[in-house]
Amino acid sequence: MKKEERMDPPGTYVFDGVRSRRGFPLNDLGASLNETANQNAFESDPEAYMDRYGLDEDQKRAVRDRDWLRMVQLGGNVYFIVKIGVTDGMPVPHVIAEMAGMTPEQFAQMMRDGGRKPNG
Amino acid sequence: MAEILGGIGISHVPSLARVVEQDRPELGGENHFAAFRDVAGWLADKRPDVLVVIYNDHGSALSLEVVPTFAVGVAASYLPADEGRGRRPVPAFPGAPELSWHIVDKVIPEGFDLTVCQRLDVDHGLSEPLVTLFGEVDEWPVRIVPVAVNVVQQPTPSAQRCFDLGRAIGRAIASSPGDERVVVVGTGGMSHQLQGERAGYINSAFDNSFLDDIVDDPQALTAYSNVEYIELAGSEGAELVMWLIMRGALDGNVREAHRGYRVPVSSTAAGIVAIENQ
Repeated sequence: MKKEERMDPPGTYVFDGVRSRRGFPLNDLGASLNETANQNAFESDPEAYMDRYGLDEDQKRAVRDRDWLRMVQLGGNVYFIVKIGVTDGMPVPHVIAEMAGMTPEQFAQMMRDGGRKPNG
Repeated sequence: MAEILGGIGISHVPSLARVVEQDRPELGGENHFAAFRDVAGWLADKRPDVLVVIYNDHGSALSLEVVPTFAVGVAASYLPADEGRGRRPVPAFPGAPELSWHIVDKVIPEGFDLTVCQRLDVDHGLSEPLVTLFGEVDEWPVRIVPVAVNVVQQPTPSAQRCFDLGRAIGRAIASSPGDERVVVVGTGGMSHQLQGERAGYINSAFDNSFLDDIVDDPQALTAYSNVEYIELAGSEGAELVMWLIMRGALDGNVREAHRGYRVPVSSTAAGIVAIENQ
């Protein structure tokens, strides 16, 4: 599917079949991190762990950089990639804040102020 | 004959139970979440035996390896899933296998091709609402029928399909030979978005109209497409279609008992409604 045929609202990456297919190695890796033994294996040798799940070079770079938005653009689904953050000991809202290009404090303040407004 | 007493729509955002507990005025809280505690009291007064809980898994027990559109647990017991920090320290959830199988046997022949699960771990999508409604318990006061819905990978089931499934589940429960007292719980929402540059999105106007319509005009909510739900409620808030399964299982003629809405809990608009069959 060409990009322009997608019905992505602005700033939103609808998780469809094209993205799920592209992102499967990345999301599969994320799902594996529910288990402590796998978290330890990922932490001790992330390159070998990414090879085992078959991530492509762009996905590997995004994981190395903890570039959450890029991971989403490369087929990552938030519920799966966030487990990389959980493995790092990072609070989930911090992952979401970085995705939005904000500091955790800025993001938390925006939420307390009622969140990002429609058409805003 | 089993009886459906009513339904609850409730968010399942992970910190909800803690936020609602700490909000108690007697603990120095600000009393923003009184409606959540009112619904807990309402539920206790109803004395249900079984909760049919409509929820979604978040990459905990169901990965993208296999994505059932609708999956029903038929087990005698369900463990809290390990979401990466160990299993949640709550008791296992007792199942209601007779009612589960009765629903499967009635609903699949009606054309809803449910996935049937004899073993299923349940994540915060199910446990957060139950801890919010019952608190920290040594033993759950109800048995559960979990119904897991794919709201993660498009195409997800349409709002209309969810409402129709709820109607079929309602008919199945009404025809159950058991004498269970049942409450149906639709979880998730309200508006939120956890991905992309639009992360942090909240749409309170939509959420409040959804709370109106889920009680009095649920058909109006079946008119929106999946992409419209994503636009209006956010990419993760689109899971609100699960409330329509709950509403479909209730009667046409209902009464709203309690309602509450508060922004934010974490990055989510938290909502709750309790609806009684008349």
